Amino acid sequence: MLEIIVSKYNYWIFVFLLIIGLYSMMTKNNLMKKLIGMNIFQWAIILYFISIGAKRGGSVPIIPGGHGHGVQKIVVHATGYVNPLPHVLMLTAIVVGVATTGIALAILVRIYNSYGTLEEDEIMKELGK
Amino acid sequence: MILEQFPAIIVVAPLILSFVVNFVGWRNKGFCFPFVIIALSVSLVSAIGILYAVIKHGTIYYHLGGWNPPWGIEYVIDHLNAYVALIVTVIAFVVAIYSKRSIEQEIPGDRIPQLYALLLLNVTGLLGITVTGDLFNLYVLLEIASFSAYALIAIGEKGALIASFRYIVMGTIGACFYLIGVGFVYIMTGSLNMTDVGQLLPDLYYSKAILMAFTFLTIGVVIKMALFPLHAWLPDAYTHAPSAVSALIAPTMTKVGCYVLIRIIFFVFKPHYSIEIMPLTTILGWLAIIAMIVGSIYAIAQHDLKRMLAYSTVAQIGYIVMGIALANKAGLTGALLHILNEAFTKGCLFLVAGAIMYKMGMRDIYQFRYLFEKMPLTMIAFVIAAFSMVGIPPTCGFFSKLYLLLGAIDARHWIFVATLLISVVLNVVYFFNVIRHAYFKPSEAYAHDGGRPEKIAVDEVPLSMLAPIWFTAIGILITGIFSGKIVSTVIQFAIPKCFLGGG
Repeated sequence: MLEIIVSKYNYWIFVFLLIIGLYSMMTKNNLMKKLIGMNIFQWAIILYFISIGAKRGGSVPIIPGGHGHGVQKIVVHATGYVNPLPHVLMLTAIVVGVATTGIALAILVRIYNSYGTLEEDEIMKELGK
Repeated sequence: MILEQFPAIIVVAPLILSFVVNFVGWRNKGFCFPFVIIALSVSLVSAIGILYAVIKHGTIYYHLGGWNPPWGIEYVIDHLNAYVALIVTVIAFVVAIYSKRSIEQEIPGDRIPQLYALLLLNVTGLLGITVTGDLFNLYVLLEIASFSAYALIAIGEKGALIASFRYIVMGTIGACFYLIGVGFVYIMTGSLNMTDVGQLLPDLYYSKAILMAFTFLTIGVVIKMALFPLHAWLPDAYTHAPSAVSALIAPTMTKVGCYVLIRIIFFVFKPHYSIEIMPLTTILGWLAIIAMIVGSIYAIAQHDLKRMLAYSTVAQIGYIVMGIALANKAGLTGALLHILNEAFTKGCLFLVAGAIMYKMGMRDIYQFRYLFEKMPLTMIAFVIAAFSMVGIPPTCGFFSKLYLLLGAIDARHWIFVATLLISVVLNVVYFFNVIRHAYFKPSEAYAHDGGRPEKIAVDEVPLSMLAPIWFTAIGILITGIFSGKIVSTVIQFAIPKCFLGGG
């Protein structure tokens, strides 16, 4: 059991963070805490993607000698390099995450300005529901 | 040759012009609207061109930047994509024309350029989802569509902010689940291209990781399309958004979600997997039944017209998902035809709700007295749309429900048949409730506040709002009358091949 946890620790961290995020999104009454939970949730996925691309002892995926015309064929050992694709995907996902946070924060500011609170039950009371 | 670039233009035109609109809006608000119309006309022309090309020559493959798949991003457009893309562009175009007068009245003037820019971004995202052939690209475009929808909803009336925040939380969970699913698929297959993944997956069908990937992908999409019981964000968001925004996102966003669901469970994963190995269609079928009944019952209980329509959307998603879950030829034909029907009908109904807001300043069904005399043209369009929702021929709703019914009978799902018929009755209840209050009214009930006024002047909305309403209303009739033609030229090719032989 312990071996499974240790050998796949990146997945366990991912699951743990994911559940923390989901828990706070579902149970917290304060909208700001919900937003923080949402961020933890998103970053957990980003960490997971990055960890699957990483390799112990792997090098930067740049082929020495460059590319273009007149470059002689170089044998590429894929095992020596980290997988760049998940990392590149996560650049986009980070941008998406930042944009979500930005929109959510802007809306929270407006909620605070109109209701004077970020507690969900108080806002609901104000709205008469 | 410009025709070959249509798959890119359809997405790029609204994207670039959304920035232009934003900057032009700083100098002069009046210039925004023409730019929006230009962008959407370009998209509309491209969508028509694409559909024509697909019908004529078959599937289009477009490689962005000249990178070959599976490394580069590929846009793949077959009958299904072209069909959904055309629906989205038509609705977006119609709503854009309508929005000019509607939002001038509903939202503060300084926000109009932002609203137009976001509207174009939303269309960009939706069209991108329909044309892309890459799983990760789909995630990004899904988020573009969702972000602009969050912001568009937040512009609305009191209560819109909190509705929008809830939508953000739910929408992000949905998108993140989808992303986890994409990650699992990538680990197992090493590819993100839908066609490529579709070919690599069958060898891995009994892997647990693929099972998880499938589960995460479908749950993510189901949250985005608001299938019961994950629909909680939808009613508030659609109720409090500005009218034009509701009329844009209600017919398009959830339908594009349905498209993604079909794409994933029948094209990326093959029907063999979704039906037999992991009995997803069975689960979806039961959820759809509950959605149809519960959505309709909630709709009956509403006083607010837009809220009623929002719950009706939840029920209609049930119809589409039921067609998908039946997984036979008639069922899927019904589902795809219902996407078209829902887009026109919900579009028309939300446009009417906006028109009533524009003239009367309220949406309470119980105060709709004399509305038929005040706004006869608007209300006739409403009646046509209500007929389509209920399923009275020759509207499109009749034919889509007929196909669904045939599909359910084919599959020997008698409970589905019964639910369809019950939900039709429930639709009658809530739509005719509106018509009753607007048209027939017990005159003595209102005697205490002066009874019936002598003469009620006709007070219609301006032409730029009336024309879109009637365009969608006539669209409902035309798509109904020509539904046979639509099925034989487009829809039957959009269904996965394996369903065509058996039934």
